[in-house]
Amino acid sequence: MANPMPARAAEQSGTATSDAIVEVRDICKRYGDIEALRGINLEFERGKLTTLLGPSGCGKTTLLKIIAGLVPATSGQIRINGKVVTGPGPERAFVFQDFALMPWATVLRNVSFGLELKGVPQAERHRIAKHYISEVGLSGFEEKYPHELSGGMRQRVGIARAFSVNADVLLLDEPFSAVDEQNRRKFQEDLLQLVEKERKTFLFVTHSIEEAVYVSDRIVLLSPRPGRVSQIIEPNIDRSAAPDVIRRDKGYLDVVEEIWQGLRQYAE
Amino acid sequence: MHMAATPHKVSATGGAGSGSSTIVETLAEFARRRKSFWVVLSLAILFTAWEIAGRVPISFAFPTFLETFAALIEMTLDGTLLPAYAITFQPLLIGVAVSAVLGIGLGIAMGLSDKAEWLLAPVFIVLQAAPMAALVPLVTFVYGIGLVAKTLAVIMLALPVIVLNSYKAVRHVNPSLVDMCRSFQGTRLQQIFKIIIPDATPVLFAGLRLGIAAGFIGVMLAELLITPTGIGDLITYHRSIANYAHMYAAVASIIAVSTITLAVLQYVEVRFLRPEKRRK
Repeated sequence: MANPMPARAAEQSGTATSDAIVEVRDICKRYGDIEALRGINLEFERGKLTTLLGPSGCGKTTLLKIIAGLVPATSGQIRINGKVVTGPGPERAFVFQDFALMPWATVLRNVSFGLELKGVPQAERHRIAKHYISEVGLSGFEEKYPHELSGGMRQRVGIARAFSVNADVLLLDEPFSAVDEQNRRKFQEDLLQLVEKERKTFLFVTHSIEEAVYVSDRIVLLSPRPGRVSQIIEPNIDRSAAPDVIRRDKGYLDVVEEIWQGLRQYAE
Repeated sequence: MHMAATPHKVSATGGAGSGSSTIVETLAEFARRRKSFWVVLSLAILFTAWEIAGRVPISFAFPTFLETFAALIEMTLDGTLLPAYAITFQPLLIGVAVSAVLGIGLGIAMGLSDKAEWLLAPVFIVLQAAPMAALVPLVTFVYGIGLVAKTLAVIMLALPVIVLNSYKAVRHVNPSLVDMCRSFQGTRLQQIFKIIIPDATPVLFAGLRLGIAAGFIGVMLAELLITPTGIGDLITYHRSIANYAHMYAAVASIIAVSTITLAVLQYVEVRFLRPEKRRK
């Protein structure tokens, strides 16, 4: 069911495929004397889930925030749908590692907040928000406050908020790192269903190899100090199979092993 | 084991084994659940210690708690206490209102803009560090002994605390929430009014409470140092005629009023501004 040898994307730069929705061109980032990212060139295909994977300090979150327009690059360009962008825009939505929910607002207001900022009338934004609240499995929790929810449920709120503004690209910064292991697995399975259903482009940052292989169409491995693209892997896993079958599949395990071999030199 | 510890209770309640320890258990249950039990206990210990100290006596000028309490009732009934508060509250309310509006405004401006911070922070840090009681005579020198001078004394004490706390409140807003607002293309004004001020509210109110407490210090300094009026007059007058129970009653009443004011402010904050704190 899965390709035993993962296909390796040879081209790391240049060669523009026509369907690239996000293009990263020669991005460099310096914090004073520290070089966080050096010469990053990447393309992200429409409708695919791409993971940025690497050890801590490889700049994966910085790269994601540059793409989001939250952090300025020192040099280089980000293009979305072919247009150069320098700040946040309506075609991108961000999911935060620490959820970034307003503690004083209910789930409903948190999810509809992106629409509230755009001036969408209350009835309309609540209707949209309720749709996505049920989509992420939180129906019945609309009037709860974030502190009344578990970590996993809070991140579902964050994901519903990102969906509700109807952006083309969803940027997820280690969305499951504050979620416990059991819930994380369930969450990954739910995410794959949402990816299937919503047909959006996902950029996903994680430090978990298993998570990356399980959810991604494409994995970009970054190496640290300074952050560079070291390898691009396409797991080619058949996701129509049951989650338990995938997790025991030889192809899946081989890709995990291969990535680990590539990363172990950076482990302390 | 309860029964063994309180055998006399068994006979007192007619020997019913289960009914015997009900009172003790109810009280124990109440003590475990209700904060108010401990507040009352704390006050009871304080007042008992006061009563004992007054009866020893530790000084001829130190009245017992019961004498003081009787004096307080007497002053309330003979119509000296309320008019005194009417006078004391004038500079206090004006001063606190000015300090709250100006202080929160300036503090938020300093939190939002580096330039405003560099311009204003040194002034308020010096003012907060300065022993204000030493400046009160200067105020009298310039503004005389009227309401203006007393209001200024309140502002001098309350304003720096409120400004510096409001500034800190804004600087400690969760940066992730600000990023969230930016990522959904919120304007700077939306960022300030929908994220920064709501997230800063708990610390803003903490500053307001400290500022009001400082305002009470200010008004008492003014009434004791500038000219005796209001509660300050009651304290000064009863001291001068060695009427110590009445003097302590006036002091205790202003402490009580200050405490109650702060408790009410905290209630208002939780009730109206922090909906997530209401439901527990």
